[in-house]
Amino acid sequence: MGKKELSPINAGSMADIAFLLLIFFLITTTMDVDTGLQRRLPRLPDEDQQEDSSDKIKERNVFVVLVNKHDELLVESKPMDIHQLRQKAKEFIANPNNAENLPEKEIKELPYFGSVFITKNPVISLTNDRGTSYGMYIRVQNELVAAKQELRDDISIQQFGAKFDELTESQTDAVKNYYPSVLSEAEPKNIGGK
Amino acid sequence: MSRFSKKEKKSTGQINTASLPDIVFMLLFFFMTTTVMKEVNLMITVKVPDATEARKLEKKSLVSYIYMGQPLRSFQKMFGTEPRIQLNDQFKNVVDIADFIAQERDAMDENDRNKMTVSLKIDSDTRMGTVIDVKQSLRRAQALKISYSARKVEEL
Repeated sequence: MGKKELSPINAGSMADIAFLLLIFFLITTTMDVDTGLQRRLPRLPDEDQQEDSSDKIKERNVFVVLVNKHDELLVESKPMDIHQLRQKAKEFIANPNNAENLPEKEIKELPYFGSVFITKNPVISLTNDRGTSYGMYIRVQNELVAAKQELRDDISIQQFGAKFDELTESQTDAVKNYYPSVLSEAEPKNIGGK
Repeated sequence: MSRFSKKEKKSTGQINTASLPDIVFMLLFFFMTTTVMKEVNLMITVKVPDATEARKLEKKSLVSYIYMGQPLRSFQKMFGTEPRIQLNDQFKNVVDIADFIAQERDAMDENDRNKMTVSLKIDSDTRMGTVIDVKQSLRRAQALKISYSARKVEEL
């Protein structure tokens, strides 16, 4: 009878085979997740679009950051250390004391917040030399993003008792309106050589 | 005394390895599911800068990579020491980026095309000049969502 010839399959080598596969996957695996500063590039301006004066921005509404080829910073025409940049940028975006030389403020209706007295679209303009090192450029970007993030976190904690990243979608939108994303990558001017 | 020694002798039996394959299989499945095959063979050195605000990039299938940095030692004879751009497995120039983006976009699902992100893996010693050129050609290719690849750190 066929029943008698059925002997158990020898599974002793199963472990060996599995080990082999395991080692293969162990070697080929890369666990690293890609992290980075996510940004949106501006659209290319249309060829026929003239420089219209309507979107000319007042000087007090612009925070000019220049980085030269020696990786030195010039912020609002004053040399500055990178460590002070975050504080300065926060001051600029929020303008807590309604200072003359910082961005204009206006009263705005926002969901959750009601009517608030906030800055009217401040812009941070970052310009760099062709010789600036990429590392420095990212550091400056990082500081500016951090300034915005800290302000958003502050207001989120004050209003909702949670950090910005933990808010619901509609709350996030409200906070985004409170402190809009302000970093503008200026049309690159090809300043400087290598 | 003899009672103790007797006991010891008895306990040194063979370890039961019947569950070994199960354990190994479990590990195997873990690695099989988490594994991501190496995307490219890097021919340049890329040490991305550090940043405290770096965020995780979601959905790897929507991300294309542009590498930039100094060629590795073995390639320096042919390609020099100036930072070069690497797309997939080849050294390329700025002008090739438009084609690369078009290619990557074609390979993507139609619904996902506008969600495409370009991750710029650029060595921190690279000069901004080339980076600007790359960014401009990305703008021309309508690939506006980018990510400056950076290592997440708590403190700079």
